[in-house]
Amino acid sequence: MPSRFKDWWRRGNALIWFSGATLALSLLMIGGLVGYIAVKGLGFFWPSPLVQMQTGEGSILGEVTATEAAQGEDAAKVQFRVGNRDLFGQDYRWVPKAELKGESFPADAVLVERLEYGAFIGRIKSVEKEGQVLAQDAEALAAIRGLVPGAEQLRKKIKGIEKGEVGGLNAQIEDLRLEQRGLEAKAPGSPKLEALRQRAQALQERYDQAQVSLGALHAQAAALTVTLAAVDGQTKTIPLASIVRIVPANALGTFGKLSVYASRLWEFLWDDPRESNTEGGIFPAIFGTVMMVLLMSALVVPLGVMASLYMKEYAKQGWIIRILRIAVNNLAGVPSIVFGVFGLGFFVYTLGGSIDRLLFSDKLPAPTFGTGGILWASLTLALLTVPVVIVATEEALSSVPRSQREASLALGATRWQTIWNVVLPGALPGILTGLILAMARGAGEVAPLMLTGVVKLAPSMPLDGTFPFLHPERKFMHLGFHIYDVGFQSPNSEAAKPMVFMTALLLLLVVVILNLFALRLRSRLRARMGGGAF
Amino acid sequence: MTTGVSMTQSDASPSVPEPFRAPEPALEAPKGAPPAMPRQANIPLTDAAALEAKPILHIQELNLFYGEKQALHDINMEVGEHTVMALIGPSGCGKSTLLRCINRMNDLVANVRIDGRVLVGQDDVYAPGVDVIALRKRMGMVFQKSNPFPKSIYENVAYGLRIQGIKDRAVVDEAVERSLIASGLWDEVKDRLQDSGLGLSGGQQQRLCIARAMAVQPEVLLMDEPCSALDPLATSRIEELIFDLKRNYTIVIVTHNMQQAARVSDFTAFFWMGKLVEVGLTEKLFTNPRVRMTEDYISGRFG
Repeated sequence: MPSRFKDWWRRGNALIWFSGATLALSLLMIGGLVGYIAVKGLGFFWPSPLVQMQTGEGSILGEVTATEAAQGEDAAKVQFRVGNRDLFGQDYRWVPKAELKGESFPADAVLVERLEYGAFIGRIKSVEKEGQVLAQDAEALAAIRGLVPGAEQLRKKIKGIEKGEVGGLNAQIEDLRLEQRGLEAKAPGSPKLEALRQRAQALQERYDQAQVSLGALHAQAAALTVTLAAVDGQTKTIPLASIVRIVPANALGTFGKLSVYASRLWEFLWDDPRESNTEGGIFPAIFGTVMMVLLMSALVVPLGVMASLYMKEYAKQGWIIRILRIAVNNLAGVPSIVFGVFGLGFFVYTLGGSIDRLLFSDKLPAPTFGTGGILWASLTLALLTVPVVIVATEEALSSVPRSQREASLALGATRWQTIWNVVLPGALPGILTGLILAMARGAGEVAPLMLTGVVKLAPSMPLDGTFPFLHPERKFMHLGFHIYDVGFQSPNSEAAKPMVFMTALLLLLVVVILNLFALRLRSRLRARMGGGAF
Repeated sequence: MTTGVSMTQSDASPSVPEPFRAPEPALEAPKGAPPAMPRQANIPLTDAAALEAKPILHIQELNLFYGEKQALHDINMEVGEHTVMALIGPSGCGKSTLLRCINRMNDLVANVRIDGRVLVGQDDVYAPGVDVIALRKRMGMVFQKSNPFPKSIYENVAYGLRIQGIKDRAVVDEAVERSLIASGLWDEVKDRLQDSGLGLSGGQQQRLCIARAMAVQPEVLLMDEPCSALDPLATSRIEELIFDLKRNYTIVIVTHNMQQAARVSDFTAFFWMGKLVEVGLTEKLFTNPRVRMTEDYISGRFG
């Protein structure tokens, strides 16, 4: 036996098993993490049944969200999501299990998602138009279903006017005001001033008109109302236009639940957030993340490639370059918050401040570039990830065979022509590997962004339909910061918990998709070159 | 100059007055003691064409040092126009180094010092202020290991023209076709010019490299053991090619293979430990060498 064991040991089988087990453990951890996030996040959109029960303090109606076993003196208890924050003061309630009696799933119970105060859980009493009851009780739901598309259209129209016309007019008025102020300081009494004033007045009139028509639309929207009754008998009348979705969870079949799930997922992906980010969608955050990563990539690749080209191809390989290389590698280990502080101090205050003084002095003291923005955040992250690109590029440059460089030089190419035509194309797959690593690192970084331009809620996107379309000075939203904000800064963190998981899942997904693009690009490049070293 | 090839030992070295005797002691001689060599070795030439050849490449009193170590000692030779000169000798004898002196590829190596002169036509390669880039355009080079770029076959051949800034499609097309025909590759690749050059076989890749070197119509073709990584069939194709190319190009070829030198070259130069031992008509050098060491080498007694 011992000799067989020795034999087994000597052959190195132990090491094979050990390395295999380590790999399995790593995979298990990664799979477990992603799986946990996915299950917790994706389950959130599935409509849960609405349970009605008797407690010591009357009836309770809601979704069961958690149960806790008895622990020492604490009796077993159940957590309900009861909704109706405006009536009960809180969304969630813990009830001792012993008090609960008479479980039932009333078919007429509905969960109403509203624009304000979170969900309402209860029953629909009636639908009214300007106080006149249109339908009651059992028919009310069907009547609402008929009215919802119209109300939704109205809501979209209002939103469109607010964001588009009114927003545009606002921006124009603001620009005119600044121009006027500048002119008053420079040349008071110039005839241009009067023209400006007239234009401002015309704009103001248009603005007022838009406000009037908006008011009319608002009134139209407010005409249709729905009266809801909570389980304790309290009623609440809300405008139909403020209803996002009505889910009669107990009456839905599998298909109905699926369609609710799909519509909630759709809203989550493509809508703006509501209720301090705990409801609605996270589209601005997805957009901000992708755009920031792309901007960062566009900045970090030229920076890193140029730096490593000099270090590898031009500089004399002596102790200076060796020290430089060590310094670059160490730069990768600097805590990201330090980069954030640097970005704030150098990019935002120094660079941005100078740009403001030079180009946007008429807007001061309101800063344009002198405050956090997507450009500064991307630049900071580019600085943070540049060591990764430099190391990968240097590696890729060394992998280009010397014989190919010599072939090019022997044909009379200059050094730069050789680099541009032979070395860089050969190194491109390796450079892309560096970019993939940099993107993964950059997309997950939050701390430096908090100092250089990320916000909880951005009023406008860094890329939109108003001239000049790309607004690098604007603040933006980011999935990573969204996780932190919703999970730990939100007043209603219990309600926001599933959002945290969903956002984390989406952040992972965004990174994976961006990487897949880069991977595909790399494999196509390799195929075109007929198999490279990387 | 009436001879296609001449070999002269520098008059400034009086340390070798006696004729060469035996190779054995010289081989074991300590470093720095040059083997004895004949002072003047003007070979009577029989080949009429070679006699008429006008020398285009002159190497005069060339010394090359890698740091402190001297790798080439006082080389003097000439190569006639449209002839093939083979450089033979054991490994490390400096024949590749000499080849790379001609188009200044040794510039890329750190710590190299060169003195002496290399003339292409009338122009001194090592004159101060010479345009190395322009110089290299006059000399094509084919390397030991085929090294096509990771580009299409077409772009590989067109590379030399592209870096000269030639954009005219017709000119480039014509040059690519001419070079590929000259290198005997045209019939094999004419239908897949846009495929990667790395997809070709070893022999085809080497011929692609020859086509690439010829596309810019150099005056001299430098070949550094072009067949050492190829099988016999591919080797014979390249040898035939060299034979054809001789009509239009001056070729200097480094080879380890003495049969190859005998087959393809008009003249052969034998090197040993950084020194030019003997140079002459190939036929003469292989059948009736003037120096004993040459005979020992070509008959396989050392090297």
